[in-house]
Amino acid sequence: MRKHLLLTAGIAASLLLARNIWVMLTQLPDEAFQGAIFRIIFFHVPAAFTCFLCFLASLIAGLAYLKTRKLGYDAFSVSVIEVGLAFGAVNLITGMIWARIIWGIWWTWDWRLTSMLICWLLYAGYLVLRRAIEEPTERAKMSAVMSILNFSVVPFVFFSIKWFRTQHPQPVLFGDGKMDSGYRAMLYGNWAPLLIVAAILISIRYAQEKQQREIDALRREAHMI
Amino acid sequence: MLFLRQTFTVTAKDLRSELRTKEAVNASLSFALVILILFSFAFDPTSETTREIAGGLLWLVFAFAGVLVLNRSFARELPNDCLEALISSPVPGAALFLGKALANYVLLLAIEVVCLPVFGVFYNVTWYSQPGQLALVLVLATWGVTVVGTVFSALTVNLRLREVMLPMLVYPVLIPCLMAAMQLTTTLIAGDPIAGDQLAWLRLIIGFDIIFTSLAVLLIDTVLIG
Repeated sequence: MRKHLLLTAGIAASLLLARNIWVMLTQLPDEAFQGAIFRIIFFHVPAAFTCFLCFLASLIAGLAYLKTRKLGYDAFSVSVIEVGLAFGAVNLITGMIWARIIWGIWWTWDWRLTSMLICWLLYAGYLVLRRAIEEPTERAKMSAVMSILNFSVVPFVFFSIKWFRTQHPQPVLFGDGKMDSGYRAMLYGNWAPLLIVAAILISIRYAQEKQQREIDALRREAHMI
Repeated sequence: MLFLRQTFTVTAKDLRSELRTKEAVNASLSFALVILILFSFAFDPTSETTREIAGGLLWLVFAFAGVLVLNRSFARELPNDCLEALISSPVPGAALFLGKALANYVLLLAIEVVCLPVFGVFYNVTWYSQPGQLALVLVLATWGVTVVGTVFSALTVNLRLREVMLPMLVYPVLIPCLMAAMQLTTTLIAGDPIAGDQLAWLRLIIGFDIIFTSLAVLLIDTVLIG
């Protein structure tokens, strides 16, 4: 049943993505100043949204774990962080490709780039911490604490680095930047398939984590015999 | 009242055992001096360049040296199961944490106070033109470094690669605090007071201190006991 659901969702996401890419390439005109490369924004921005949604989910899962001590929340937390990091990487890499063409450089220490990279490193640290702890409940506890500390520092990272000068385009949705409604519809329209892909990946990782726990329990039992 | 007394008892115990062995302070101080010297090869140590990057330089030294002190903070309690004894003593986790944080704070400030004149001599910088405000920045930002560092010290105390894990985890979290401190220190060492836009950095450090101190006190029981 779960397998069928995932398969259906996967097919839906692929169809939606194929349709979006077709519309992007054939229907939407080139942007006046940037030309063809601007289309990368339809992946760049939704990937960042997905990434931070995942980090937020990990905060909630961390709090829920500390409250209930159910290891399922821990499994969920690590799944969303791994997927969040993947989407964060998509955001960083698409941004670098865009920057290479528009700015002429792969990387610049602009606040948005820098703060995204720091957030990415923060959550990469979470995964490194997990690897270093063997005992499952200990690992879950420390990871939950780490996800709370990590998420609390994210606003600080953003505000502090924002006070440096910036050359990143203004936020098009909540900031001063302007965006044509056709483009805006595509931005949200392309977020949907990316969210579905994220949900599928999280669901697969979650199942794997649960399986891992069962294997560990069986192994311990075998040792006792 | 009792809470404060317990806190200071832990602080006094930590400081006493540190002063008797001097293991963390000695290592940390000599490490700080080595980095200070190494920096002279990284850039041209003329007065102009140095003044521009003085804040960043100093805080990198403090952050590197600080981690050595913080690493020992909980690790010191591992032999003879002292950590278990501390946890099972009638001292609340928050008092234990604050006591240890205060001890680290005193040690870090001491190292900074030694490093500043050495830095001034080596790089020919007049660092004392704004003594009050520089002290304020040191006091506030060092508390931020200490409180976050002490939580992570408790978090990583039982890990296999403790010495590697602590800096890896703690530096990204410290970035906002360190960045603000670097900005302010550079301004102050150049001889200008903190004013106008710079006040935002000061507010950032204060906010960082408040939020992470409260988070640490709330979470420390979970970290230490479970």
